[in-house]
Amino acid sequence: MCLAIPGQVLTVDSASEPWNRSGRVRFGTIEKTINLAYAPDAEVGDYVLVHVGFALQRIDPEEAERTLEILREMEELQELETVAAAPQGVRETRPQLPSDPS
Amino acid sequence: MKFIEEYRNPAAAHALAAEIARTVTRPWTLMEVCGGQTHAILRFGIDRLLPPSLRLIHGPGCPVCVTPAGLIDQAVALTKRPEVILCSFGDMLRVPGRTGDLLHAKAAGGDVRVVYSPLDALALAQREPAREVVFFAIGFETTAPANAMAAHQAKAGNVRNFSLLVSQVLVGPAMDFILRSPGSLVQGFLAAGHATAVTGVGELHDLCCRHRIPIVVTGFEPVDLLDGILRCVRQLESGRAEVENAYARAVRLEGNLPALAMTHRVFEVIDREWRGLGVLPSSGLGLRDDYADVDAARRFHLGPAPVSDDEDCLGGQVMLGTLRPDQCPAFGQRCKPEHPLGAPMVSSEGACAAYFRFRGPGAG
Repeated sequence: MCLAIPGQVLTVDSASEPWNRSGRVRFGTIEKTINLAYAPDAEVGDYVLVHVGFALQRIDPEEAERTLEILREMEELQELETVAAAPQGVRETRPQLPSDPS
Repeated sequence: MKFIEEYRNPAAAHALAAEIARTVTRPWTLMEVCGGQTHAILRFGIDRLLPPSLRLIHGPGCPVCVTPAGLIDQAVALTKRPEVILCSFGDMLRVPGRTGDLLHAKAAGGDVRVVYSPLDALALAQREPAREVVFFAIGFETTAPANAMAAHQAKAGNVRNFSLLVSQVLVGPAMDFILRSPGSLVQGFLAAGHATAVTGVGELHDLCCRHRIPIVVTGFEPVDLLDGILRCVRQLESGRAEVENAYARAVRLEGNLPALAMTHRVFEVIDREWRGLGVLPSSGLGLRDDYADVDAARRFHLGPAPVSDDEDCLGGQVMLGTLRPDQCPAFGQRCKPEHPLGAPMVSSEGACAAYFRFRGPGAG
């Protein structure tokens, strides 16, 4: 219900009122018209988090990169410690689990 | 897709899981309060990557599940009026009230339509001026700005045949209620990332101070969830209780100011019934008097929906985190997605549905 999906802003349409600010947003291969009133700083090329037809927030690429950087450092540390007994990869489908129907 | 794949990286997930295992020295219980996170945890098997002494329990984070049966009955009753087109998010259709569900109401001839956005329902009202379009406006803080915008655009555009049947609830009062409940097991919260993207962290600071509990704002992908869990466990192990933001790419500390402004313009804080939990004070939103014209309850003289209990369903205990879904005696037996005893088994975000789908009917 509170699902919000990242998409890239392709166009920003001119609006008569601030609450009508909208644009085309691409999610993978799908494009939709999205209300951009709540992401007034979102411009063409930016990524926004979209929930029920509204951009909830512009995704901050610097913050995203900072998180990934911390994770990369953690991974490198992990590799140095060579935890060979790590379980299998985190995947959406887990065929090794007989009870998992996904 | 960008901003998704990199947060599903197995190597990063395992590095985080290993760090969590190194950090934990005592048993801890964390709760997430968002149905999307509950499903991601079960879907990706996040709970199985954690040390056995670290337990994840699942809060009342599914807005469909907490929508009162009495309000679903009112929606079903509206579908019997020939002029009404009842629009809803798809999740809501199979959730039973006491007099049936919207899917059966549709099969019985009611005009029930699934929409992606409340603005789609508003556009339908403009295309169908001879009909009464009612949007079933459910959700948490994440969805409130969208529903508020639909109400505001209807009023501003003088769309007279559009109204909202409102069941908006607030996650902060529910977290407070859980912490004050006798027997609460929660020692740390993973706060819902998208609700917090709207509200900001102010209310979380208040909860954190009053209850001395760590609260980590957390995202939805496996790496986000593990990062949130790690930060929460580090706080618990070192005796800290702070608000941290582990979802900074989406959550600004002040929240989304234009979204909050529109929400407050249209809605006011009121007492709300939460299905399975009862009436919680100041726990929801209702339309302000300025927006009475778009209030379906007032337009159709619906009156207050009677408060009710689901006699057979233990969903209240599940949503408080005191009963794991697969420990319920009805789970997978008398209660399955195709014939649910209560909402958490049928909603796509319900905790019982997550256990059934990803762990099977005999989970345990």
